[in-house]
Amino acid sequence: MAVIKVNQADFENEVLKADKPVLVDFNADWCGPCKMLGPVLEEISEQRDDVKIVSVNVDDNRELAEKYDIYSIPCIVVIKNGEEVNRHVGLIPKSAVEALIK
Amino acid sequence: MYDIIIVGAGPAGMTAAVYAKRAGKSVLVLEASGYGGQIIKAAEIRNYPTEKNISGVEFATKLYEQAEALGAEFRFEKVIGIEDKGSEKLVTTVADTYTAGAVIVATGSDSRKLGIADEDKLVGRGVSYCATCDGSFFRGKNVAVAGGGSTAVDDALYLSQLAEKVYLIYRTPKLSEEGAKEKLAEHENIVLMPECGITSLNADKKLESITVKHKDGTEENLDVSGLFVAVGRVPENQNFAKLIDLNEKGYAVSGENCHTATPGIFVAGDNRVKELRQLVTAAADGAVAATEAVKYLRTL
Repeated sequence: MAVIKVNQADFENEVLKADKPVLVDFNADWCGPCKMLGPVLEEISEQRDDVKIVSVNVDDNRELAEKYDIYSIPCIVVIKNGEEVNRHVGLIPKSAVEALIK
Repeated sequence: MYDIIIVGAGPAGMTAAVYAKRAGKSVLVLEASGYGGQIIKAAEIRNYPTEKNISGVEFATKLYEQAEALGAEFRFEKVIGIEDKGSEKLVTTVADTYTAGAVIVATGSDSRKLGIADEDKLVGRGVSYCATCDGSFFRGKNVAVAGGGSTAVDDALYLSQLAEKVYLIYRTPKLSEEGAKEKLAEHENIVLMPECGITSLNADKKLESITVKHKDGTEENLDVSGLFVAVGRVPENQNFAKLIDLNEKGYAVSGENCHTATPGIFVAGDNRVKELRQLVTAAADGAVAATEAVKYLRTL
């Protein structure tokens, strides 16, 4: 499954009501480290079906960024049953991303 | 066993990989986060020969693809130590140990921290080391900048366009940059706080305020959502201090030949003592270090 782009409107359905853990990647077009993280997340999403990976553009979805207190990107927030269970700020390799989902 | 292990996949390390591969050597590049290093935070590069204007990500990706196409192997594991066994060097990462005839340390530098309690915990929750990266999250809020150098001044000027109020906090009586005070005075929302130190970060889930101590010992609470730390950079040589001579600031002492105190271990890029830290000088170091490593391997 590929990384899905989500926005304020479909966040509840795609993330909060999801039937498996969701890794939310908060990013922006102008953010270099975010661009490097993108392919890593794409690779994980292709390999695993026990986790859903979604991408939120913080410029287009300011309310979401504010709701989740995003002050630096890339920021990965792991959400399970609608609740945040883990987060990481900054570029990390694939193994470290996978450790967040464990 | 590899011919050459390169620690760090920034411009210096990846250029070293290109040179080492072109010399016919087997190469492993070890990197703690992602390839590119600091340069990926640059929106535009306008001073690299042949490139009129290229983004840091695009530059890093081109160099990565070049090194990979030549056959350099990349692994994304943080290196925690190097052991010198003479003709063999053992490089230990968080995941494994690798062996090589020669090692090039191209680890670059990282932002210096203030060293206050909870600073690490609040990164991404109010504490930042990059105003241009994170400033836009603080629109209309109060922020502080820690530091009295030119980066701190630039950060304050940049943030003054976004934030409601910007406190510039520094330990010295004066800012180090000539004319900085005048430049800052043009912005009504910048408050200068000389001879002050930050003593605590006050947060619940995110930064709410900071406590600042004045020269006379009085303390003051400033309500800020963001603290931008601009107190310089630290070379990432700490894990290799036994094998590489470091100067008082932690930079690897080495001449233009990129040699270190240990035969077979070389340094390249921003973590080395040098006059000018630029993309082109990092790349030049990579070329020199790889060539010297290849020469060294011939002596084994």
